[in-house]
Amino acid sequence: MSTAVAGASRGRAPAWLVVLRKDLRLELRTLETVPAMILFSLAIFVIFHFGLGRQSVAGQEAAGILVVTLLFASMLAVNRLFVAEREQGGFEGFLLAPVDRSALLLAKASALFLFMAALEVIAVPGFALLLLGPPLGRVLGPLVAVLALADGAVAVIGTLVSAIAVQTRARDLIGPIVGLPLQIPALIAAARALGPLLVRHGSTSPPGEWLLVLALYDLLFALVAYAVFDFLLED
Amino acid sequence: MASAGTSASTPIAAAADSGRGDSAIPAVLLRGLTRYFGERAALRDVHASVPAGATLAVLGRNGAGKSTLLRILATLLRPHRGEVALLGEPLPRRAWAVRGRVGLLAHEPLLYRDLSGRENLSYHAALHGVERGRVEELLGAVRMERRADEPIRLLSRGMVQRLAVARAVLHRPALLLLDEPRANLDPAAEELLEPLIGRACGATRVLTSHDPRSALAEADLVLALRDGRAVYFGEPGGIDEQALRELYA
Repeated sequence: MSTAVAGASRGRAPAWLVVLRKDLRLELRTLETVPAMILFSLAIFVIFHFGLGRQSVAGQEAAGILVVTLLFASMLAVNRLFVAEREQGGFEGFLLAPVDRSALLLAKASALFLFMAALEVIAVPGFALLLLGPPLGRVLGPLVAVLALADGAVAVIGTLVSAIAVQTRARDLIGPIVGLPLQIPALIAAARALGPLLVRHGSTSPPGEWLLVLALYDLLFALVAYAVFDFLLED
Repeated sequence: MASAGTSASTPIAAAADSGRGDSAIPAVLLRGLTRYFGERAALRDVHASVPAGATLAVLGRNGAGKSTLLRILATLLRPHRGEVALLGEPLPRRAWAVRGRVGLLAHEPLLYRDLSGRENLSYHAALHGVERGRVEELLGAVRMERRADEPIRLLSRGMVQRLAVARAVLHRPALLLLDEPRANLDPAAEELLEPLIGRACGATRVLTSHDPRSALAEADLVLALRDGRAVYFGEPGGIDEQALRELYA
């Protein structure tokens, strides 16, 4: 990290922020990822609406549908996260620069987190309109907190898996096959934390133990990703 | 053609030991460099030494190991055996110390297709800690100011190559690695880029070319590769037409 930090201390933007800005600019320019995630999520809500044959869902059932849908939608971003780096020489361009390689991990995880946040800005109200029975207004704050922690897990694990997948021929398969099982503990914790919030006249604060599980899971995989990411960029 | 052997008594090893600047630290030093891809040796026991400011032309037919050598020198690939030192720093142990001092012009332009030339150069300038003014200076030098805000995917291959050259020299590298640097360039563009990547740029250069005669004309040293092995290392005068034909046969 020394070079990146040194650069930042001389008034330069830190390398991770440089890469993140480039990724956001590319996404705004091409609109290849977030719109697809939004359309996918809304389509899944419609499918659940007709598939379940019910006007609305609530509680643990609603939490499960929301979290699973967001998780599946995240796979679209995970599969594309490093594609431009692989296909357009972005890896080489980055690796030739005198910056710490973990800057790429931080930038990509931040980009994935922001993609998830952008998705949820549309998908969660869409879920409330299409499927959810109880109103969301009074639990919006706790809902955002739970989703932010869940997005942290998606961002860190997704970046790690995407960096592995992009080195392989079967990158579209590696993301779901490796990534989804790793996300199961985060999925369980997020769904359990959201369940009590999505009940009419239910709790307005999520269960603390599940928030703690989510936070610890985020931290664990952040450390794992930091430890192994350099090796993933090796030839 | 002189054969390049592997022991310290051979001319190639002697050259590697001494360099051309004798006591000066060579900009590039290879001793027994070997690199595998799976079971296949892409480079095997390659020795060479290039003094600072000199130009090394790496010759050989397709698959001889030229691009692999350049990627190792760019710190993008690790050597599997042997020693490699760039600008006095051993690789891969101190690769971080030379990364900002090496410029690579590869087969691919290493530019994002959906970003403009200006955005691409600004991105690389920010990563290298280069001042913003340098981007505008280079856009002018490669005559791309007028189309600098168009996405790369809309530009001709020659224009993209001009921007790739600007990217490679953005941080004023001491060592330039040039893989087919004149690909897709018309004569006017070649002349335009000469101050940036030609002999006049002042950097140590390692270059490959599909045109061995033009590479020989601008080289101080030649490294000829066949199937990953160095078959000649020395002055360009030591390699004649017959040897060139054999090399590319």
